[in-house]
Amino acid sequence: MTGRRTAVEALGLGIRHPRRANDPHLLADCSFRVPTGAVCGVVGPNGAGKSLLLSAAAGLVRPTEGRLTVLGQPSDSETMLADIAHVDQERSLYRQLKVAELLDSGRSLNARWDRARAQELLDLGRVPLTARAGTLSGGQRTLVRLALAHATTPRLLLLDEPLADLDPFVRRAVMGLLLADVADGDCTVLLSSHVLADLDEAADHLLLIDAGRVRLAGQTTELLAAHRYLGPADRMPDSAEPVELHGSASHGTALVRITDGPARPGDEYDHPTLEELVIAYVRSPRADSWLAPSMRPMPRTGLIAEPIA
Amino acid sequence: MEYRLRRGSSMPAYQQIVQQTEQALRLGLLRPGDKLPTARHVVAATAINPNTVLRAYQELQRAGLVESRQGLGTFVVRSLGRAETIAGSGLREELDAWVDRAAELGLDREDVLALAGAAVDARLPQQAEPELPR
Repeated sequence: MTGRRTAVEALGLGIRHPRRANDPHLLADCSFRVPTGAVCGVVGPNGAGKSLLLSAAAGLVRPTEGRLTVLGQPSDSETMLADIAHVDQERSLYRQLKVAELLDSGRSLNARWDRARAQELLDLGRVPLTARAGTLSGGQRTLVRLALAHATTPRLLLLDEPLADLDPFVRRAVMGLLLADVADGDCTVLLSSHVLADLDEAADHLLLIDAGRVRLAGQTTELLAAHRYLGPADRMPDSAEPVELHGSASHGTALVRITDGPARPGDEYDHPTLEELVIAYVRSPRADSWLAPSMRPMPRTGLIAEPIA
Repeated sequence: MEYRLRRGSSMPAYQQIVQQTEQALRLGLLRPGDKLPTARHVVAATAINPNTVLRAYQELQRAGLVESRQGLGTFVVRSLGRAETIAGSGLREELDAWVDRAAELGLDREDVLALAGAAVDARLPQQAEPELPR
């Protein structure tokens, strides 16, 4: 379903802190491409820049360097705003308004408003339409905000820790409803989480950000296939890039990246899980970052002639 | 047809869908002409990635079991096993009666499964199967 069409593309994207003079970069030299139809998990430690990246894609923060293209337009243009829904971590709602009034205002502001889509999500948390937003529980407020976003029938859904204050009973049902749109074709989802288990089986692409930089990006199957553990008895292939070494060189194991080998699912190698992979990269800040082919920016004529390797 | 996905299973999610579909075909719960649930439906119910569902359906299509019809959905074109033979044979009814008797004698679920498995193993020895990729 994902392919060569692009939903979000960053080329040398940088965002500086407006005042901090030493080490001003909140995001630095970020390049990646999220294809249309992807469900891309944005992961990384707290403070890595995940929320900032989503805010930039929503057009709320302007890039200070490089380029960020969203649905074919620069991220700070306004022409595609109606196609984007962004749910941030602020959890803010107009507290005095009733849920029904919030839905009415959503309808008046959005051309493709679909009330039934909002209702599906509200029902999961038994959110009463007559309640004022300020009286709802934290989880119910999150459901209202997700419902308002879902009802706009977005082409790009940006979700910042969407499941953080939902109870385990509704987490999967909420995720299911949000992802069902992707099955229909034209929707792309970027969702941040520091709980990798939430993304398990839901995301088909992964973008790891640490300290404002892209460390790893690609289709999850591609990332897993390209990494493997080598034991003390294994010879390190010439093409292997070490990511993390455990123990001494002669007696330890290593997690390495091998991108030219015949790696495929079902081979005999000892591949890491997604969680092990992410943790290894975060623990090894000096290991080279890697963009898998599926998430490399498109080659283009003019300024940039080659795909960024 | 509702799929039950076990997370953290060593079997990838797409293979679980393939296996559960084959099981349903074998038991006659799905028959030629039946429609598989839409990817949207499976995703909403299980919160797995839509591409995982499509991959499973492609696998079933490659095996000649289902066929995707543009704009209509994915349909079963071939049954597996002997669903028709089983239907008219009384085998299932005899087995139900046998299970009831085992239960009356105080056997629990594990006992019954072990006994049935042992009988199958004794009379229908397994053929060597090519090893499936993980």
